[in-house]
Amino acid sequence: MQEIISVMKEKAAKLLAEGQVRCVLGWKRGEFFYESTPAVFESAEELEELVYDDFCGPNLAKYLIRECAKEGKILVFAKPCDTYSINALIREHRVDREKLYVVGVECAGNLDVNKIRAKGLTGLVGFEDNGDTVTVKTLYGDETFEKGELLLERCLCCKGKEHKIADETIVLNEENTKTVGADRFSEVARLEEMTADERFEYWREQLSRCIRCNACRNVCPACSCIKCVFDNDDSGIASKANTDTFEENMFHIIRAFHVTGRCTDCGECSRVCPQNIPLQLLNRKFIKDYNELYGEYVSGEDSESKPPLLTFTQEDAEPSIVKERGNC
Amino acid sequence: MQVNEKNFQPKIVAFCCNWCSYAGADLAGTGRLNYPANVKVIRVPCSCRVNPMFILRAFQKGADGVIIAGCHPGDCHYSTGNYYARRRMTLLFSMLDYLGIERERTRVEWISAAEGAKFAATMNEFVAQITELGENKRLEDLRCKK
Repeated sequence: MQEIISVMKEKAAKLLAEGQVRCVLGWKRGEFFYESTPAVFESAEELEELVYDDFCGPNLAKYLIRECAKEGKILVFAKPCDTYSINALIREHRVDREKLYVVGVECAGNLDVNKIRAKGLTGLVGFEDNGDTVTVKTLYGDETFEKGELLLERCLCCKGKEHKIADETIVLNEENTKTVGADRFSEVARLEEMTADERFEYWREQLSRCIRCNACRNVCPACSCIKCVFDNDDSGIASKANTDTFEENMFHIIRAFHVTGRCTDCGECSRVCPQNIPLQLLNRKFIKDYNELYGEYVSGEDSESKPPLLTFTQEDAEPSIVKERGNC
Repeated sequence: MQVNEKNFQPKIVAFCCNWCSYAGADLAGTGRLNYPANVKVIRVPCSCRVNPMFILRAFQKGADGVIIAGCHPGDCHYSTGNYYARRRMTLLFSMLDYLGIERERTRVEWISAAEGAKFAATMNEFVAQITELGENKRLEDLRCKK
């Protein structure tokens, strides 16, 4: 990993010095080693802080919106799945392709600190990625795990290691071009098999944990409206008083519905949820549905195609199909 | 009065397109066709105007069933509005089902201005269905109930 960081720094410093880009969008170390935060670098000195490792989960696409409003070009480092979000934002004219210099970086999957904690480890001080295994260093000694055990849910269903938009790519290790992707709809299908009562109980249990911190909305690259429906005090979903009413469900239905067809399934919502609600399962339900009903559509694969809710055919299924096709 | 199975009167919200179903309701009236007073009609300029949030909000405020009535596909006053509505509602209904909410509580029907009889029949049938289904417990929000 040290190797790729120096290549990235070199590349960025060169373009900054030449004046080709105004700033660099990347990651820097947060308070702990497992907290990498998005950062804007404007000089070679600042670039010293740039990091890139298995905890660089944050999707930088959303930050481009604000940077694009300013003068000059932006160099942005993008993992393969981030490039989908960048494409989606270009499609919506939220960012200007002319102002971007996208450098695709290899990705070996991001780790989930919650899964490390769930192993019973405390006093985390660092980690080492050995390819198939990860060694977690703690104050009380080191422990090694299979990498698959610690990957973020979204990385277990990785959608590909190919950069969908990039002016150049940095791939040092050919191993990192392989995909391990499991079926991302298997969990949705499992829920669909349940009875309505079971599904209701399942979601009430999950969604009642919501503390309405709005992190899922704030982190989502697709959810970037300047004026948001959830900021309206009269919306009926802004009060967060009871945990066992429909308000919770409603908030999450609306959140997922607003990004239907635009969501690239980047999984940031699930990653940032402090209550570990599997929010991605809501988005994936919509994706599964429109794939089945209106044909396969991968949001962010390119920057031109129309999302399924912005188009139609005369032969579309009637809404009664929900009832007719039986279980879900 | 305590609500029980015997005296339960469902609240139904019907979003009716101004150009067809709303006139269809009118025709049902002038034709003296009965349909239950449980149905509260809300006039919208097009079925496409119905934001999915309207439906959820209606449920939150105590509706037991929501029906959207628009022009037949191909007959939209604005050419294509109902095609978009059709896709949106399909996905929304499927999501409600996914969250374990009874799939009978929501419905979309295409009713033209000439179909007064269909309007009355649809509403009669829908109200009967919701009455049988009973009170909306899964979508209610006690703070919103008056």
